[in-house]
Amino acid sequence: MSYEIIGIVVLWLFLFGYIIVASIDFGAGFFHAYSVLTNKHHIISKIVQRYLSPVWEVTNVFLVFFFVGIVGFFPSTAYYYGTVLLVPASLSLILLAIRGSYYAFTTYGKLRSKFWTYLYGFSGLFIPASLSIVLTISEGGFVEEDNNELSLQYATLFASPLTWSIVILSLTSVLYISAVFLTWYANKAKDQPATDLLRKYALIWAGPAIITATGIIIELRTHNPVHFQRMLDLWWMFAISGILFITTVYLIWQKRSYGLAFFLLTGQFFIAFYAYGISHYPYLLYPYLTIDEGFTSEGMAIALIIAFIAGFCLLIPSLWLLLRLFLFNKDYVEGKIK
Amino acid sequence: MESEQAVFYSRLLTELTLSFHIIYATIGVGIPFLIFLAQWLGIKKQDEHYILLARRWTRGFVITVAVGVVTGTAIGLQLNLLWPTFMELAGHVIALPLFMETFAFFFEAIFLGIYLYTWDRFRDQRKHMLLLVPVAIGASFSAVFITMVNAFMNAPQGFELANGELINVEPLVAMFNPAMPTKVSHVVATAYMTSAFVLAAIGAFRLLRGSNHIYHKKALLLTLKVGLVFSIASAIIGDFAGKYLAEYQPEKLAAMEWHFETEEQASLTLLGFLANGEEIKFSIEVPYALSILAHGDPNAEVIGLDQFAEDEIPPLYIHYLFNIMVIIGMITMIIALFYIVGNALNRTFVKNRFFLWLIVSSGPLSMIAIEAGWWLAEVGRQPWVLRGILRTENAATTSNHVDFMLLFFIGLYLVLGLASVIVLTRMFKNNPVERELLDQQRNGR
Ligand code: HDD
Ligand code: HEM
Ligand code: HEM
Repeated sequence: MSYEIIGIVVLWLFLFGYIIVASIDFGAGFFHAYSVLTNKHHIISKIVQRYLSPVWEVTNVFLVFFFVGIVGFFPSTAYYYGTVLLVPASLSLILLAIRGSYYAFTTYGKLRSKFWTYLYGFSGLFIPASLSIVLTISEGGFVEEDNNELSLQYATLFASPLTWSIVILSLTSVLYISAVFLTWYANKAKDQPATDLLRKYALIWAGPAIITATGIIIELRTHNPVHFQRMLDLWWMFAISGILFITTVYLIWQKRSYGLAFFLLTGQFFIAFYAYGISHYPYLLYPYLTIDEGFTSEGMAIALIIAFIAGFCLLIPSLWLLLRLFLFNKDYVEGKIK
Repeated sequence: MESEQAVFYSRLLTELTLSFHIIYATIGVGIPFLIFLAQWLGIKKQDEHYILLARRWTRGFVITVAVGVVTGTAIGLQLNLLWPTFMELAGHVIALPLFMETFAFFFEAIFLGIYLYTWDRFRDQRKHMLLLVPVAIGASFSAVFITMVNAFMNAPQGFELANGELINVEPLVAMFNPAMPTKVSHVVATAYMTSAFVLAAIGAFRLLRGSNHIYHKKALLLTLKVGLVFSIASAIIGDFAGKYLAEYQPEKLAAMEWHFETEEQASLTLLGFLANGEEIKFSIEVPYALSILAHGDPNAEVIGLDQFAEDEIPPLYIHYLFNIMVIIGMITMIIALFYIVGNALNRTFVKNRFFLWLIVSSGPLSMIAIEAGWWLAEVGRQPWVLRGILRTENAATTSNHVDFMLLFFIGLYLVLGLASVIVLTRMFKNNPVERELLDQQRNGR
């Protein structure tokens, strides 16, 4: 495998990790805010807090890892995306900042007010929406280059159905992923009312998530036929992903093996996400930047990969410890120890 | 015209974000180490007070970490947004420490999460304390790695430029550049020092507010000892930083010392201000001192500003920043020294209200020194982003919405700054040590 492929596969993995953990986080915040709005917060707020408390900072690092890594492996992305994304990325940053600090302020600082809860919950939906714009832009057609100056065509971007379907996909999948995970978590906590409520949410959001995902593939047919064709070549990956989706929903419907259901859901998104990534190859930004052109020097690539392997050996045991202490610890999950 | 504006606002926004981030980052680097020290003392001496100290500091620390994390994420992304050309170039050569920094964060984040929620899970307190080691290492190493990047900007090496292409990149050579040793150690030492004085200031403030608990006195003695050690270390390393400048960035040294003519046996200009461009007024001249500072030899020649092209000289106001930093370093060192000696000799002046107010001031003062130091280092590098290679005005984004973003971020930092102050004061006011100690006794611990 060439270095650039290793690089992009690793980065894609971290982006995937971010999407899963952040979705759980964003969705949890939203469900919490929604439950306050409808006076049901006594049912789920404990579950949400118990899970989020020890892990919120870790979630953020996944994102940092991705954007630092991509600039390391593909320095030209800093130039192209950096120039183009000033406004959307700055807005995402502000939302992320509000959310992250809110969490600490309320949980550790006991700054409680409904205003902040709503801000937290709803900002959690705007963040995936604004971050997903990057995926849209990468499809090409929204960036213009003249006199060596790049600019984002906002009008085209906001008028494009592709933009909005990707935004909606990000929202529905956030809510779906989060609901499935929290159903499992609540069930482990032996909290029946919360399990029932979250299971209902999971079933509600399953449909919209799969419909929008399919919609985007169709959207691409007109927007970026090259990409569309490459996706068709990978039909079998999307098929596996679809089967995993159906199994997940079936299990939840049957109120069975929520843990397995979440595992399958991760598999579904993993395969679809990589299928999307592979079909996007070789472009980082269609049609300006490909993986080969944007790649860093060989010396740096080797250094980064070595650093990555070393870092990984450090991280995996630590993450495992975190999960063991909080996610898989029966007493903690059930609230018997703090 | 438009691009000049983009440069201007990009600078403003970078300065703002970094100056805000560094407050929380400095605390984030230093406090885990101090918490570790307190908990270790508590276990060793079987003294509940130190344990409680560690617990309370941790509680405050989480708030500052949170703001550190979000502003750090902001600066990390913002560097790409505002300085795309710079980051593209830097990405090729100096991505390695940036990448390693994220691992350091990761490591820190995981163990901080565990540490926070396991105060009562281990029967053996020492196990819990060990969880802090990765937190402190992660925090300090994130400072080490990011400062390596900054050192590279001052003394770029480890690559060759041929027709605008970067070739023969050697990441390790870039990382271990000549600016690195002094810069990294100075940054880490000053972070420990500042955190110690900030915590000392809080302790002194509680004493002033009428609490007379032995807890605060223990806290004060511990933090001021650490503060003294690291302020001495900072001054010594700072001196080496000056010697580094004399050799590798003489224009920065000359500008910050107002050293206009190249000469031997150069004298050092302290304080003073500049009238009509080049006339120094009300300054104190210390003979030979600049030669000693720069080369450790009273007869050595020190390069002056006359050796540089007009448009490659950094702004001269960095002299004030340098003086602020050094004077604060001296003041805080003396305060800590007096307290420790006075305390050992049982003198009463250490309980004097005025002296306590001095200690309170040492916290904010060290923070001002940190800001002054960074502004000195960064403005002193101008007009370059990468010294000798890439000028700041060529590195900025060409996007013309930077001014709006600046307004948004000003708003954000106001909210974050205010909220963190409110939350922290409420946290400690509503739950004074006295009450917490009573609660602990009642619970039979
Ligand atoms: C509490 C803060 C503090 C204190 C008391 C001092 N410094 Fe400092 N100084 C810093 C905080 C700082 C810093 C914020 O950490 C800087 C900014 C960038 C850097 O590398 O460190 C810095 C930079 C810096 C530089 C510029 C290095 C460069 O640009 O490459 C020099 C020459 C010194 N310092 C020298 C000193 C001396 C001689 C001190 C004597 C007491 C001193 N500093 C005290
Ligand atoms: C956290 C402490 C830091 C502070 C307070 C700080 C402050 C500043 C200031 C005041 C300038 C503006 C100089 C001028 O425009 O006249 C500047 C420039 C810059 N700094 Fe730093 N800096 C810090 C650390 C860093 C680090 C670690 C990096 C890189 C990894 C960095 C990257 C830059 C860049 C790219 C510029 C160029 C933009 C400019 O000239 O305004 N800074 N910084
Ligand atoms: C241009 C310069 C800088 C960049 C790009 C940067 C980047 C970041 C990022 C991305 C984070 C958040 C990491 C997370 O998600 O956990 C962060 C936090 C932090 N930064 Fe910075 N940083 C810069 C300057 C500095 C400097 C100069 C220092 C130290 C002297 C520093 C020390 C820290 C620390 C200790 C944290 C973690 C906060 C905590 O966990 O306590 N940073 N920084």
